[in-house]
Amino acid sequence: MRLAPPTKAKSVRTEQIILFRAGGQLLAISSASVQEVRSVDSFAGSATEISAPGLPKVRHSVLRNNEMLYVVNGALHFGLPITPAALVFVLRKTRTVLLIDGIEKMSTMTHLQALPRAFCHEERQWYRGLTALDQSVVPVVKPEGFLTSEEIAQLDASVLASVLASVAAATDQSATGAQE
Amino acid sequence: MTLTIELDLQSFVLLRLGERRFAVSAKHIAELVAPSRIFRFPHKTPKIEGVILRRGRIVPVCDVAERLLGKRLTSRRFYLIAVRHYGPASEWMALPVTGECELINAEITPAGESDAPHVAGWISYSGDVIEVLNLDALTPGPDAMPLAGNLLETQEALR
Repeated sequence: MRLAPPTKAKSVRTEQIILFRAGGQLLAISSASVQEVRSVDSFAGSATEISAPGLPKVRHSVLRNNEMLYVVNGALHFGLPITPAALVFVLRKTRTVLLIDGIEKMSTMTHLQALPRAFCHEERQWYRGLTALDQSVVPVVKPEGFLTSEEIAQLDASVLASVLASVAAATDQSATGAQE
Repeated sequence: MTLTIELDLQSFVLLRLGERRFAVSAKHIAELVAPSRIFRFPHKTPKIEGVILRRGRIVPVCDVAERLLGKRLTSRRFYLIAVRHYGPASEWMALPVTGECELINAEITPAGESDAPHVAGWISYSGDVIEVLNLDALTPGPDAMPLAGNLLETQEALR
């Protein structure tokens, strides 16, 4: 039985991608989706530790341009073994900062095949599709797939609760000091 | 008086998984290929091992042995490239098999109500009664993928 040709662009359109590793796994992301690449060391100073129950992949937040961004551990997001993270990607048009092992190389993608329909679980939110590079297949991640709107709402609520708790603690402390 | 019995013969591909044989309608088979490198990446769909590259296509590999035999295949000699339907769309899927496959003609007895959903029917061949597989029920896929969602996904992939 013959099938229609696989889904692909009619004309050869290329897209710059960054090949990177998270949890040891090779993945790709459109370079247009990455606003900034920073080392973990240079980023750590501006990050605040947070705790969101049920979301172990997010342990830190960063306030940037009056917007709270959340640091997602790439390995935990994909269910991979945790590996030492060296870099972060600040992802454009999202509230995600992605913690990764490192960058493998820059490359050019000419074809992006939709994820086969056999893959029918969370991975459909994770990937834009698959691309064949150098006789290998690499998943191309979806920048907005690292945090769902529900997860962002949960993280915002955790941060707010943490801020309110800090304010309450500070108020109690100053009241105690005034009494003394 | 001559009695004519019309047999409704159909073509099937017989495949071997471990010690057992199964049949798939030949209409749903694209080709039989030697095993090639499986590319694995994180996902949450059970039974899908990864993907192979075949004729420029990225084809998911689905091990159906565990569901049919209750255990995974220890050896695999070929991939049977089958056509899996998703509503009006269809895609290739690679099924690891233990031995060579055989094309036969046989009459199918439709599955009964007590049969599992992955059984499309039964055929008799060489003294054996063989299960005809319904790949759409046997292999993973969305039960009812909305068409609009498919179109959006395709457009995104083309972007």
